[in-house]
Amino acid sequence: MARARRTRAVPPAYLLIAPSVVFMALLLGWPMVSGILQAFVGPDGVTGAYLQRMNSDPAFWSAVRNTLLLIVVLLPLQFLFALVMAFLLQARPKGHALYFYLWAIPLAVSDLAAGLVWLSIFTDRGYLNSVLETLGLGSVSWLSYENYGSMFVAILIAELWRATSLVLVIVISGMQGIPKDYDEAANVFGASYLQRLRHVWLPLLKPSLQVALILRTILAFQTFAVAQALTGQDFPVLVGETYRWYTALQNPHVASAIAMVVMAVSMVTAVIYLKTLRDSTKGAS
Amino acid sequence: MTSAETSAETSARPAAVPRPQPAVDTAPLRALRRRRALLQVACWVVTAFMVVPVYLIALAAFSSRSALNEFPLRFLPTSFSTETMSTFLSSTGVLAGLINSIMVGLLTLVVSFLIGVPAGYAIARFAFRGHDQYQLFLLFTRALPIVVLSVPLAQLFLSTGVYDTPLAVTLLHSALALPTTILLTSAVFLAVPVDAEEAARIFGCTPVGAFTRVVLPLALPGIAAASIFTFVMSWNEVLGATILTLNQRTLPAQVLSSLSDSPLAFRFAGGFFLIIPAIVFIAVMRRYLLNMWGTTIR
Repeated sequence: MARARRTRAVPPAYLLIAPSVVFMALLLGWPMVSGILQAFVGPDGVTGAYLQRMNSDPAFWSAVRNTLLLIVVLLPLQFLFALVMAFLLQARPKGHALYFYLWAIPLAVSDLAAGLVWLSIFTDRGYLNSVLETLGLGSVSWLSYENYGSMFVAILIAELWRATSLVLVIVISGMQGIPKDYDEAANVFGASYLQRLRHVWLPLLKPSLQVALILRTILAFQTFAVAQALTGQDFPVLVGETYRWYTALQNPHVASAIAMVVMAVSMVTAVIYLKTLRDSTKGAS
Repeated sequence: MTSAETSAETSARPAAVPRPQPAVDTAPLRALRRRRALLQVACWVVTAFMVVPVYLIALAAFSSRSALNEFPLRFLPTSFSTETMSTFLSSTGVLAGLINSIMVGLLTLVVSFLIGVPAGYAIARFAFRGHDQYQLFLLFTRALPIVVLSVPLAQLFLSTGVYDTPLAVTLLHSALALPTTILLTSAVFLAVPVDAEEAARIFGCTPVGAFTRVVLPLALPGIAAASIFTFVMSWNEVLGATILTLNQRTLPAQVLSSLSDSPLAFRFAGGFFLIIPAIVFIAVMRRYLLNMWGTTIR
């Protein structure tokens, strides 16, 4: 009887997910559409003026360059570092639980806080220069806009510190799903540690690494507060430019146009992300 | 084959050979010891990189103004003082920002769970048409940059009078946290055995009764873990909160917007203060970390 009633009424699952669908349509879907409109529609209809304005702003192109450069240099280093950390923990050193806790702390640290932490180290009268001064090597203005290289390295290190934990956690949970048998078999047949890393662990970790890679790429396009806290406007990044156009220059249209650039690259990455995710789950089952 | 053989031999030799033998090959043992030592050293190096910055910002936050003006700075807490921290906490907007941050965090928790828990339950328990598409859609929303949403939302909130209120930030944070909340809670509900729920139904519980009396108590620890995650996400979010407010700043928004015209001591104290929840959070959540970040929502 209950069954007969249920076939006619809306299935309970739809009632349960309906609020979330409405909520996300209003607060994620609508802003997205309206952002696109804002970037392309002015008071007199459709216009490319805002894109043009964005394009003619020299800070925009240096923001594009900086963001891409950061991603290209940061991600390989980050994955190498995370893999080293994961394999160190896998060897079960004494106190590995404590190590894991300490290495995971940055996972919950905001980018703004991370930027401020490293500001205390890299600022002119900060801790790094204090070390150099004590050693008699003299100070360096690491974060001065004249020193592009050191500014870049400072942001790189801060991001390496903050965001590697995410990769670490994904890699370790991927490792836990891999049976030890493969490694033991390779060991019995005389494979060295490096051979086992190269031919056993890395191929098995590939799905986890792919997911982490694409997630980190999307997040790296949104790098903002670290650069803001360390260098102010001296090292423009894409999201920082949106923030500047919206708050300092009071132009939501150009701000939206830059935001669309960020969204476009994120979407492309996300499509790849979902494809690889599907492939890897298919491969696993 | 060789390495396995030699290690088996060295471990077997003392037992197999009764008389004392002077020429025991200790090389593998020494190599093992050396490897363990190297492993520890490598772990210390990584730990130093992860922990020393936290130590330094804490040191800076608890140094007096005069100690911060010295150069070179001291590396040991010889001039412990709460002066910098108390100056930070009594600065304009900081206390109000703290209250706003906590309020927004808690409200975000309530809103995203009121909406997210039923949806998570639906994913875990029902096979419905569009199930997989819905899940994919949730994953997809993770690619939506906050910056894309913030600017149009600011315009919407301006026209509806919600702009510059904790409610505005709450709505943005709830929308951002909702997909994660749904995925996390669905994982939690999947772990609750269906049998328990069916047993409750057989003994006369209504579906709602079975949910509130049997499933919810079993799922509560996992949901609590997910809720801490949501709170930290809201506590850490800075860009959207800055764009959506003007006077009713959350704490990170307040720190960000006053970055350029605040003294270094203020920024150090702010940086340390923003980190405290992270340290507590990871300590509490250690057991759940791998499940939450590692598998469910990656």
